[in-house]
Amino acid sequence: MNAPLLSVKGLRTVFDTRAGLVCAVDGVDVEVRRGECLGVVGESGSGKSVTFSSVMGLVRSPGRIDGGEISFDGRDLRKLSPRDMRAVRGKEIAMTMQDALTALNPALTVGEQIAEVLEAHDETLPDGRGARSRAIRDRSIEILSLVGIPSAESRLRQYPHEFSGGMRQRIMIAIALACRPKLLIADEPTTALDVTIQAQVLELITDIREKLGMSVVLITHDLGVVAEHCDRVMVMYAGQVVEEGPTKDVIGQPKHPYTQGLLGSIPRLSLRGQPIRPIEGQVPDLINLPPQCRFYSRCAVRKDVCKSLISMREAGPAHRARCVRVGETSK
Amino acid sequence: MTSGPLLQVEHLTKHYTSHRSLGQRLAGTPQIVVRAVNDVSLSVQRGEILGLIGESGCGKSTLGRAILRLHEPTSGKVVFDGTDVTALDAHAMKAMRRRMQIIFQDPYASLNPRRTVAEIVGLPLRLHGLATSEDEVRAKVGAMIEKVGLKANQLDRYPHQFSGGQRQRIGIARALISNPEFIVCDEPVSALDVSIQAQIIELLQELKRELGLTYLFISHDISVIGYLADRVAVMYLGEIVEMGPVDAVLSHPRHPYTQSLMSAVPEVDAVGHKTRVRLKGDLPSPLKPPAGCKFHTRCPLATDACRTTAPKVETVAKGHVAACLRLSENLSLLEDAET
Repeated sequence: MNAPLLSVKGLRTVFDTRAGLVCAVDGVDVEVRRGECLGVVGESGSGKSVTFSSVMGLVRSPGRIDGGEISFDGRDLRKLSPRDMRAVRGKEIAMTMQDALTALNPALTVGEQIAEVLEAHDETLPDGRGARSRAIRDRSIEILSLVGIPSAESRLRQYPHEFSGGMRQRIMIAIALACRPKLLIADEPTTALDVTIQAQVLELITDIREKLGMSVVLITHDLGVVAEHCDRVMVMYAGQVVEEGPTKDVIGQPKHPYTQGLLGSIPRLSLRGQPIRPIEGQVPDLINLPPQCRFYSRCAVRKDVCKSLISMREAGPAHRARCVRVGETSK
Repeated sequence: MTSGPLLQVEHLTKHYTSHRSLGQRLAGTPQIVVRAVNDVSLSVQRGEILGLIGESGCGKSTLGRAILRLHEPTSGKVVFDGTDVTALDAHAMKAMRRRMQIIFQDPYASLNPRRTVAEIVGLPLRLHGLATSEDEVRAKVGAMIEKVGLKANQLDRYPHQFSGGQRQRIGIARALISNPEFIVCDEPVSALDVSIQAQIIELLQELKRELGLTYLFISHDISVIGYLADRVAVMYLGEIVEMGPVDAVLSHPRHPYTQSLMSAVPEVDAVGHKTRVRLKGDLPSPLKPPAGCKFHTRCPLATDACRTTAPKVETVAKGHVAACLRLSENLSLLEDAET
């Protein structure tokens, strides 16, 4: 079996705050295989964005990576110099941000922002000045058409505010794809969009993934999005992975009480008439967490043994969950 | 008390007009008109939840606010419990507001950061003279705060000391303290995390049962509407394109827009096999709404007639209405896609 494209082991990212040390990501393992789409699900504060900002080397003070390995395509990203990391970022791993309006530069045209990426990373561009700018223009038009923006040529000269929300998200995806990265990290690409536009953008990502054969990490809080677009899913809670496995298994037979709770608390069209069951309580404060199962305070099936550190357990083929009840004879 | 609907909205229209300077007026610069809500009629029965669904910019929040006269309607009538609300003077309107309240979408922006919970929730009591002494205000606020699931010892805290879900509970307490009959819920769960969203939905349902409330529930999430509402109205570009009992509309959507909305919802249960209607393009600008049927620019079923003729609202089943020129052909995008 070939090695995974991205492999993160024991990642720990902390933030020094006045109130204490916040451990936003605590011992997270991630594996992204070539060509697959991994869904990362969790509520706000679960550490899903911080995990992948760490992978991209984008965690800034007061945050820092406190431990763990990040290996991408055979290289240890944590050992790279800032200069080498810059060469990876944007070229081999690209990330799109949740809010396209704040992520794009309002003072530059869309064409300039795509050209910036190509200038920085694309070595295949010809040297002569005229030939170079023509090549960049052609590539930009090609990429904008790829993400489904009509009359790409004239739209290159427009500014981000002249586009609608869905179009802006497409532009961000276009910028991310400019150098044909091996891995695209899409951080909540559709959260700010309407459902009909959301469907367009998600289908675009899936189409391009198949066309370019890249891997995609889709960070979202919407289990429905994961169910329809991801091969595997990783559920995060309070800085830890609590369950991971093939989408079908995790959503069909969730093993962790948190995953079960999440699935039980979304109203579903196909199960209309059935009551939803909210998870009581709130996400724990990430400062000074007691050494116990992080879901303990909200768990409906907690036991005394949960007051110790729980490790991931095998729940099936390639399906693992962080709960003591996993592996016990069926309840 | 009359036996008719609690709320009757007739031909309600809300247009926003651009400001023109004197010079522009003299030069004859045409005024830009945004038709946010266009000739909307609906009714809400006592004790019912009417779900109002649509994409951003379709005018659903404007409709909710125009009903409460938070935005003054341009024309049309809002009749609440037999009284024409649009004809009331300021004094009578204030008294009416006690009975009609609103819960806002953003629990961060809708609470005054410089007031404590006791002040925020107690304000309606003071405004409407519903409590005779400060002690009574505090007792009532305390009771209401506990009813929405917070603790009475949190009364002297400020909004920033609460999480999003808790703040939404404060907003609910503020809306309920004056003992209203009708509440406009303007996307009350959209800003919340999934597990918290479910808690607030449950709370709203429980309160409705206990206090006999009537809701106009505005949301862009069709699953939430499907779960909560008794009837649903689908809005597109300022108009209601389909309305009816929630079971009928969601099981047999007749308008192509409703059908495409339903197919666009990502669903947990549809792993792998889901029919999808691809809607092309974005919502047209309400500054220049398309002629004819407003949906024709994105509708996969549009014909030449749709580009010129605006459809009228027709009854398709008991209590189920839709506005589409091709209703009689009984087309369904959802079934087409399955084959």
